[in-house]
Amino acid sequence: MILTLEHVTGGYGSRTVVDDVSFTLHPGEVVCLLGANGCGKTTLFKMILCLLRPRLGCVLLGEEKIADWSRSRLARSFGYVPQMHIPPFAFEVREIVLMARAAHLAPFASPGKEDRRIADEALDYLGILHLASAPYTEISGGERQLVLIARALAQQAQWLILDEPAASLDLGNQIKVFRAIGELAKTGLGVLMTTHVPDHAFLYASRVVLMSEGRVLALDTPAKALTESLLLKAYGVPVSVVEIGAQPGIKPGIKIVLPNQM
Amino acid sequence: MATVPSPEKTLEFRKPHRLQSGKALAVLALLLVAVALGSSAIGSYPISLHDWWSLLTTPSAGGTAEIVLLQIRLPRLLACILVGSGLALAGASYQGLFNNPMVSPDILGASAGAGLGAAVGILLGLDFVAIQALSFAGGLVAVLLAWALASGLCRRGDPVLMLVLVGILIGSMFTALISLTKYIADPLNKLPAITFWLLGSFASITIRDVWMAGIPIAVGSIPLLLLRWRFNVLCMGEQEARTLGLNTRAMRFTVIVCATLITAASVSICGMVGWIGLVVPHLARMVVGPNHKILLPTAAIMGGCFLLLVDDVARTAGALEIPVGILTALIGAPFFLFLLMRERRHKS
Repeated sequence: MILTLEHVTGGYGSRTVVDDVSFTLHPGEVVCLLGANGCGKTTLFKMILCLLRPRLGCVLLGEEKIADWSRSRLARSFGYVPQMHIPPFAFEVREIVLMARAAHLAPFASPGKEDRRIADEALDYLGILHLASAPYTEISGGERQLVLIARALAQQAQWLILDEPAASLDLGNQIKVFRAIGELAKTGLGVLMTTHVPDHAFLYASRVVLMSEGRVLALDTPAKALTESLLLKAYGVPVSVVEIGAQPGIKPGIKIVLPNQM
Repeated sequence: MATVPSPEKTLEFRKPHRLQSGKALAVLALLLVAVALGSSAIGSYPISLHDWWSLLTTPSAGGTAEIVLLQIRLPRLLACILVGSGLALAGASYQGLFNNPMVSPDILGASAGAGLGAAVGILLGLDFVAIQALSFAGGLVAVLLAWALASGLCRRGDPVLMLVLVGILIGSMFTALISLTKYIADPLNKLPAITFWLLGSFASITIRDVWMAGIPIAVGSIPLLLLRWRFNVLCMGEQEARTLGLNTRAMRFTVIVCATLITAASVSICGMVGWIGLVVPHLARMVVGPNHKILLPTAAIMGGCFLLLVDDVARTAGALEIPVGILTALIGAPFFLFLLMRERRHKS
């Protein structure tokens, strides 16, 4: 289902953090949300996930406004991957993933065989089924991040909302995670994620939302949204966008962002 | 994308001596029955299992053993099980709800409120039933006050943090009011009555008390047990739980109402018995792990056993009965320290 933001404006108290943001995203897209610290990325996520009510404007899924949906209906529509954290209790990894099933279960029910199968499948998909009975508090940061992504998969939502999924991953896990995200998008899932690395957007995103001071600076393909002038505007430092590995007439190169001054 | 798990890696994470859920519950339930039977036998009038048998086969024989068993010991055992199980269940629920293993069921002022209710009842010279009713109401009022104030103050920000802060405030205010009732109480008969009552004791429990506390404790326990798996989700924190599909506000409200019913009912029949709600959930977590689906029933059964054993000591250790509240603190605090040290050793 199409995700539409219409003039979404909001913040905390009298402070406006997100100012009149409108865009439309389609299932099957991988959309990267970029912007400097404090530009309103997280606040925008909170309003999409209905954790914060927009002061003005609204979020629509399909034709419907989601503001009054129940929590479980929202959770069946949006799978959220937060930045990894450590809970105070040493839950098993499988238990963490099973929590995704809450939205599909009646209030007094607990997960059954079918739910466990879905959870194990999600773990297997990310190649971490061997961690299923490990304590979540004792695995590495990167593994924890993978577990949280597996949990979002087990939620079987139409949209994946990821808050810096690569932030704590090593190079190998980064590539694995982005590849998995790409594959999921091909199956018709919509993906919206934040990242601090424009290179990730060049590599994996179909479109980019570039934000600055609560507003959308650019919404386009990575090549058009992440130009040197727009990046300067968004981050306040001069950078160069260079293309590497291009073979003229055979295949296009990959763009990367480099600082102008080392 | 999927890789074949290497066997070494799978083995690496085998859980250390944790019992399987079904087995653990069965073993603990048997243990509870055994402890209850054992506790019924000891006391100032010793009773053998043979007496139990003759009571069951030839009822209403009217012997001393029967009177002691049915009118004194049985109500007391039932009250211990109810209060112990209830407080441990409420404690484990609160630790899940507040996402903090250091929380006990009186964090929102339920015990202080119930204590104040009883102290005022004694001060006014009311009869025993009225004192209990006032105590129960006091516990509910304290927590409702905390909830209302926190909801009013917390338009945004962390609602759980605000609730705990306000709860602690209300608790200490009610504790101050208890001190005030003690200060103005008649030092010859009412002051000792209040003091003794606050120390906690099962000495004068009757079967009517068991009903009075048993009904609210059961009413509070059933929703907690039915919701038990959802506590896991709540442990992920307020916002994440909501994105996982949990109506956290409704759940928080339900849990607080239920735990308060249990705590207020417990304090109303046996006074302030501390530490159970804090220590027993830790003990249970060591045996079956943090999964609330199994943790909550385990904590409840262990709480019953724990309080039965402590009450056995209270009844038999000295010539005079020791107030059970003193013992739970005396045993509970060092025991908790031992658990913490063990947990630490386990980690390093």
